[in-house]
Amino acid sequence: MVESGPSTRRPRIVALRSSSSMIKFFLMVNKQGQTRLSRYYEQVDLGKRPALEADVVRSCLSRHKDECSFVEHKDYKLVFRQYAGLFIVVGITDTENELSIYELVHNFVEILDKYFSRVSELDIMFNLDRVHLILDEMILNGHVAETNKTRILAPLMVLDKLAEG
Amino acid sequence: MSDVVEKTLTALPSLLSLDSQSGAGKLSSTSKLGGLIRSITELTSKHEEEKLINRELAAIKEQVSSPNTSMRQMKEIMVRAIYCEMLGYEASFSYIHAIKLAQQGSAIEKRVGYLAVSLFLNESHDLLLLLVNTVLKDLQSTNLIEVCMALTVVSQLFPKDMIPAILPLVEEKLTNPKEIIRRKAVLALHKFYLIAPNQVQHIHSKFRKALCDKDPGVMTASLHIYLQLIKENPDSYKDLTGSFVAILRQVVGGKLPVDFNYHNVPAPWLQIQLLRILSLLGKDDQSTSELMYEVLDESLRRAEMNHNITYAILYECVKAIYTIYPKSELLEKAAKCIGNFVVSPKINLKYLGLKALTYVVQQDASLALQHQMTIIECLDHSDSIIKRETLEVLFRITNVKNVAVIVEKMLDFLKNVFMEPDILFLLYVGCFPLLSDTYSPNNEWFIQTMNVVFSLGGELMHPDIPNNFLRLLAQGFGSEEEEQQQLRVFAVDSYLTLLESDTAHLPQRFLQVISWALGEFSYLKDGLEPCKVTKLLAKLLDERNVTSESRSWILSAMAKLSAGPGAAALALQVSERYSSSLDTVLRQQALELLHLSQDPELHARVLPHGAAWDSFEVDSSLSFLDSFVSEALSQGAAPYKAPHQRQEELRQEKALSLEPYSISLPVSLSSCSITDRQSPTLLSMSSSLSGNSNELKAGTLKLEGVKRVWGKEGYLHQQDAVEEAAQVEEAATPALPLSPQQGGAESQQTHGDLTVVEQEKQKLASSLFVGLGSQNSTFLMGKSDSTSQQFRRKTRAADSTSSGVSERSSSSSHSSCSDFLHNNLLEDSQNSLNTQKIGVSNGTHEGPVTQSFQTTSKETSPFLDAGMVLVQPCSPQTELRDFVQPGSSGITQTSLRSQFPPELSQLPHSDISLLSSDHSLSLSACRAYRDDALLFVIILSNLKCCGSIFETFSTLIQVASLRGNALENLPAHSMSVCWYALLMEEPHTQVTVAGSVSYRAVPGHTQTLQFTDKLFLTDFIRPLTLSTEEYGKLWLSFSQDVRQNLKLIQGEGDPLRATLSALKEQLQLHIVDIIGSEGIVACRLLPDSPCLLHCRIHGGSLAVWLRSPLLSLPDCLLYYCQKTLEEC
Repeated sequence: MVESGPSTRRPRIVALRSSSSMIKFFLMVNKQGQTRLSRYYEQVDLGKRPALEADVVRSCLSRHKDECSFVEHKDYKLVFRQYAGLFIVVGITDTENELSIYELVHNFVEILDKYFSRVSELDIMFNLDRVHLILDEMILNGHVAETNKTRILAPLMVLDKLAEG
Repeated sequence: MSDVVEKTLTALPSLLSLDSQSGAGKLSSTSKLGGLIRSITELTSKHEEEKLINRELAAIKEQVSSPNTSMRQMKEIMVRAIYCEMLGYEASFSYIHAIKLAQQGSAIEKRVGYLAVSLFLNESHDLLLLLVNTVLKDLQSTNLIEVCMALTVVSQLFPKDMIPAILPLVEEKLTNPKEIIRRKAVLALHKFYLIAPNQVQHIHSKFRKALCDKDPGVMTASLHIYLQLIKENPDSYKDLTGSFVAILRQVVGGKLPVDFNYHNVPAPWLQIQLLRILSLLGKDDQSTSELMYEVLDESLRRAEMNHNITYAILYECVKAIYTIYPKSELLEKAAKCIGNFVVSPKINLKYLGLKALTYVVQQDASLALQHQMTIIECLDHSDSIIKRETLEVLFRITNVKNVAVIVEKMLDFLKNVFMEPDILFLLYVGCFPLLSDTYSPNNEWFIQTMNVVFSLGGELMHPDIPNNFLRLLAQGFGSEEEEQQQLRVFAVDSYLTLLESDTAHLPQRFLQVISWALGEFSYLKDGLEPCKVTKLLAKLLDERNVTSESRSWILSAMAKLSAGPGAAALALQVSERYSSSLDTVLRQQALELLHLSQDPELHARVLPHGAAWDSFEVDSSLSFLDSFVSEALSQGAAPYKAPHQRQEELRQEKALSLEPYSISLPVSLSSCSITDRQSPTLLSMSSSLSGNSNELKAGTLKLEGVKRVWGKEGYLHQQDAVEEAAQVEEAATPALPLSPQQGGAESQQTHGDLTVVEQEKQKLASSLFVGLGSQNSTFLMGKSDSTSQQFRRKTRAADSTSSGVSERSSSSSHSSCSDFLHNNLLEDSQNSLNTQKIGVSNGTHEGPVTQSFQTTSKETSPFLDAGMVLVQPCSPQTELRDFVQPGSSGITQTSLRSQFPPELSQLPHSDISLLSSDHSLSLSACRAYRDDALLFVIILSNLKCCGSIFETFSTLIQVASLRGNALENLPAHSMSVCWYALLMEEPHTQVTVAGSVSYRAVPGHTQTLQFTDKLFLTDFIRPLTLSTEEYGKLWLSFSQDVRQNLKLIQGEGDPLRATLSALKEQLQLHIVDIIGSEGIVACRLLPDSPCLLHCRIHGGSLAVWLRSPLLSLPDCLLYYCQKTLEEC
């Protein structure tokens, strides 16, 4: 029974595992499934994004609070963290370290909190551009570019000062 | 902190009603953006959203085009457009304004402009080129913040081709005194490295400088590049190991400024990055690994704090320890660490622990033993993600003894979660059969497991699984015949039992498998009446939920069984019922069944029992139908058209196609362009209106940059999966050798008194982990060893064959590579000649004189010595004519030409040129263009005045049939002409022909005269005469596509006509049609490879679009078009 021609191969459970670790997208979605911020680090057609986001939200919402914060979804993994009614979901490749991304999300929220002094969903909505600027300082090209809070906020602070003056 | 966020967020609804609240920031909700946001929050349905956004887009469109819009307003408009795109509505009209904002805005407006660009556009977007100038300007700005923005956008997206334009500026920023500028410059270089590694090859030394930068941020940024570089080529960076170790030691030791800390952990993400780099460097390298043992140990020790981020570091650290050259002390600590993860009550840690375990058991299967109880507990965990991960661990430790238990666990899992038709579970079901027949303990178990898999897998199962299974049944595993028969009998037995009970719940695929197996193999079972099986099948046939596909399977099974006495009557009954079925396939099968059941002799001939599988011969050309077809054709039936051809025609008839050639009649074309004049948004057929090549493109399907995921055979990733599978298999095999670690036996001792539940778990554990530890009885050991050995041997054999193949292919690619190098010497750099073939045809050889002829590129000839055959006798339809005619003396052009036989002199031909000569023989050549081939004419002249005798014969053997051919005399001052019909098999701009003539002026003394000549692509090009309609059809079917703008000949009259006729003159093209400012031209490369050209006046130049089924033909032809027009 041991030697059978084509069927001795054992595929891994998830066949698609890409080799380099990176972040594929960063989403902020509320409980109703409305996207509040989206940033893709891999090209996804505009037309396909709403469906993808809806899918992602569905698989995150179906998770219990005491269940694990990492979900396998198609060929990538989702790391999600909930802040009140707002979900932050990050799509990553399989080789990325889930827990480090989980904490990266928290670092991001801490920075927002510092900048907006007590951030709310509405802050994010009314300052979508600024939130994007902060995110761009932190994640670039799907890689963690900077995690130092002061340094992430520095360029934005300068711009704000210029705008006031 | 998160509590704070939660509180504020829950207060949201009340905030919404109050405009002036702090939550609304500095924006008043009376602004347009505020209005949009408020409307978005109030949305209740998708329909409303669509209405709102469309209204918003219309408003934005109006505003952006207004000249009075200030930059400040433009910024707000961009944010609104970002909103629209975020919700999935395209705002492409605003892209150009985003670029303008980046160009003209200042400070925050500029930044938002860049942001919008980076969100809207992708790497391949045409508009991105417009950004280059802005970036250039900002990079040179004295305003640091502008430099910063430019560098940020450059590292997000930048057109690959324009990198050289800004590279010097970015490099210069590496020495900027400001940390942020240096850091961003390094990140930009990382981006360049990712998209165009060759462009930044020369600045590797600067990467090192960045690594040694005094600022930790710049150093961190450089690690991205190093991770990538080391991944690609670890050996070149071993010398940096010490530096990375030193950096990690400093970071771990808390030497960085405090603001790099995250929850009191120093730069955790930096640590993770460094650990990844170290594990790449230390892999399979003992001496390098030794350098890092100490710092890894320190990392393990330091990360004691109870915070998620320290666990993230620990995970990376453990992974590194298991990747590099092993050190037992560290391995022990790492294993302990994983243990802590797995038993943690924190679910995320448990997950990570299992993930680490999955990785680690591939190195050391015994580790699973240490955690076996935890693994058992995780199997019953309420979270399916945890369960899944646990199963993955189990997958890695599968062996022949525990497979039954593991598969049972997996089937349990499947039963519970199958309600979600997730792709994941599809894959699960896909794994089982593979798992099963690799390790299955016995036939009975295998069949039963497969029964469960088929029933559970249902319709979602991948079709390969039943196919593989059936093949397995039919061909066996290569095991004993007896065992194979036993397997089949067992399958028949179990299927009969299944059919006797309720079949309504069985999936269609399973029914198909059952009916096939019954039809094939029920004769094997002694005492089983075919009648009984047929009855069961007939019952199944009448079930309502059976699809017609399954019915067809059942009917063919019945046909196989219909030979028996009782079965025939039943078959008659069934076939009567189904011979009036609406389904044509069923009807045909019913009729077949009828005939077969009535005629036992026919049945025995068509469906013999137990015939060998390879004895069937399938006439795939269906040649037995030829007479039928020709008869039908002669009676006026339409010839067969392939489905794609039919579809094409159908499409042309029905749909309004936007392809430029789909309109065949010039009349409709011109009328079309008139109507289009009114509506510029419609794509014009006549491009004088559309003018813009982008617009033209919009009508066609864009395939550049689109991954080919679907092929003719289906989803293309299958191959990867298979490869991966093979890897996994390799990785899994070492799991079998036993390690001295203690296993289940020990755990039984330590837990002296156990509850019943625990005892059960223990039992489960010992069955799961059997074969991993050394506690097994010697008897089992021996058995397991032999099995594993057998298995391994097989793998190795397969390995060696595959490596043999790859070696061979690599050596051939090597040679073609060196060919290519040689080719660079050629003036023609457009095409590598490495695989070129020119067919030299040769038929009956009649002439008295012959010479060898070698048609190949000069550059490849060194390889001829190695026995490579470069010239192949080509297709038989073109025959070589070797015509020799003795003539008079005198070697002038005219005298030479007069030597031509009449059939040659009528053909258009080139001037005669001297190829080579020595004191007694002169060779001249000329090219004559026959419709079906290029004739290479060689004229041999004897220069000796006296009547000495020449003997010529071939020395080279490239054209086999010419070898050692007739030796003949060539009288003094006489000439002989011979020619070769040549074809070009693969397009090249030019090829070199080389040959030699050997002759014997004095008996016993042979002399050889070498010659070479160049042949050009144009020599092999012939006009292709076809109608506009045919052209349109062909155009759509070609895949190779090249476009370029060429010079337009400005003369009197119509420049398009002048240009095209120049091309026609020089290149032997056929002008199919000229309509307005467009012309379509066709040609073919001998023998019959078409190339179509679509020419259009665009601006001051001729936009040419070439299509052909051949890969490099458009390129080669374009080269000559260009050359011709430049010379005009």
